[in-house]
Amino acid sequence: MNPRLLLATAGRVLAQLRHDRRTIALLVGVPTVLMTLLWWIYDGGGVFDQAGAPLLGIFPMVIMFLITSVTMLRERTTGTLERLMTMPIRRADVVLGYAVALGFAALLQTAVVATFSIYVLDLQVAGPEWMLLVVSVLSAVLGVTMGLAASSLARTEFQAVQFMPALLFPQFLLCGLLVPRDEMPEAAEAISNLLPLSYAVDAVKEVATSPDPTIWPEVLVISGFIVALLALGIVTLRRRSA
Amino acid sequence: MMNSGPAVAVDRLTVVRGSTTALREVSFALAPGTLTGLLGPSGAGKTTLMRAIVGVQLLRSGSVQVLGLAAGSAALRDRVGYVTQDPSVYADLTVRQNLQYFSRILHTPAADVARVISQVELDGQADQVVATLSGGERSRVSLAAALLGSPQLLVLDEPTVGLDPVLRRDLWTLFGQLAQSGVTLLVSSHVMDEATRCDRLLLLRDGGLLADGTLAELQARTGQSDPEQVFLHLIDHGLGGAA
Repeated sequence: MNPRLLLATAGRVLAQLRHDRRTIALLVGVPTVLMTLLWWIYDGGGVFDQAGAPLLGIFPMVIMFLITSVTMLRERTTGTLERLMTMPIRRADVVLGYAVALGFAALLQTAVVATFSIYVLDLQVAGPEWMLLVVSVLSAVLGVTMGLAASSLARTEFQAVQFMPALLFPQFLLCGLLVPRDEMPEAAEAISNLLPLSYAVDAVKEVATSPDPTIWPEVLVISGFIVALLALGIVTLRRRSA
Repeated sequence: MMNSGPAVAVDRLTVVRGSTTALREVSFALAPGTLTGLLGPSGAGKTTLMRAIVGVQLLRSGSVQVLGLAAGSAALRDRVGYVTQDPSVYADLTVRQNLQYFSRILHTPAADVARVISQVELDGQADQVVATLSGGERSRVSLAAALLGSPQLLVLDEPTVGLDPVLRRDLWTLFGQLAQSGVTLLVSSHVMDEATRCDRLLLLRDGGLLADGTLAELQARTGQSDPEQVFLHLIDHGLGGAA
């Protein structure tokens, strides 16, 4: 790993994003509008607090997953990755450069949406609000790393988009939002134990209900998933291809 | 340090892509400081051969040595410049931003970016976003990236496609100058007049090396004078008999 090249790559990816104003607007605007919609249908109040806190992490996760898998796939399919692979840069510097740049985008996005939800929509949690922000940002970064790993499975952008429902919806159904995980059939619960989103939702529930929440075990597990998915993204990037 | 041996040595190279054999037992060597044209109908294996030389192609058998090392070795990565057929640059960045990024990777001095922009005659477009450039301008950005630093081998896959005759002439003059300064160039093309600018020609057909020689030699062997006729004759009849 070469921090200089990692940061050069991250800077380049952010410069690309900066040229795309509409994407930046959508990045921040879409989850903000979705949270407002949620507030509106529940007329604010308790149910909004209950559903809103986890969705604060899930909306950015889905968006970052899509953005990441499509941008990474574009790098793979437009020949620029092939050029990079003939140059003195390590595969880790490419993948981690993307992760840093898009992770930064995820941080900004989640910070805006969380601030808006807490101060404008009056989203209430029992625990400290910064913990809610930490878990939401981690969920968004999880979306980035899942996108990086998934992009190696796709050959076209059309396929990449379809990996979103394929990889995220099962996690959404099993994460404990619709049915608490301990009330699921045993096999379903066992599967949910293997999925990263379950831990993000567990942590959010803890912050939402406990005035003095303990979330570090979940944060640790989510971070482990992030590291593992990054490693997967790096090893699936091949210098030579058939 | 320039090696005394060949800049590129390809030995019985065979590449299989999916169900087709893209290259079959191809062997040749390129002397340092020469400009070699790689010709052949589309689908002949030109791009596969170039990918093998720059070290991003999985090989079935045979070997490719570049500057005395196995193709794709880490030590070669700042000594070999590669231009893919489609411009491999970031369409949503400016010309300068693209080249600055590649220059950072190659660890070349900042002034190098301005030098290569001038070499491909894009000074006026340096701060334009690549997506707004014409096709010919885009491919020149891609070429400029390969000129960064001081590559000893340049592998250029159809670098002059879509360029007007004036620019094509200027670029071939540049390629000639680079060869004179000691750079080895392998340039694929399907414009036969460009063959006249090369020291030597390699002709591929169906994954096999059909002919290898100077234009004069191939003209003599085929009994044709026009480069295009030489090419067509070789494709239709091989090296067998002159008409």
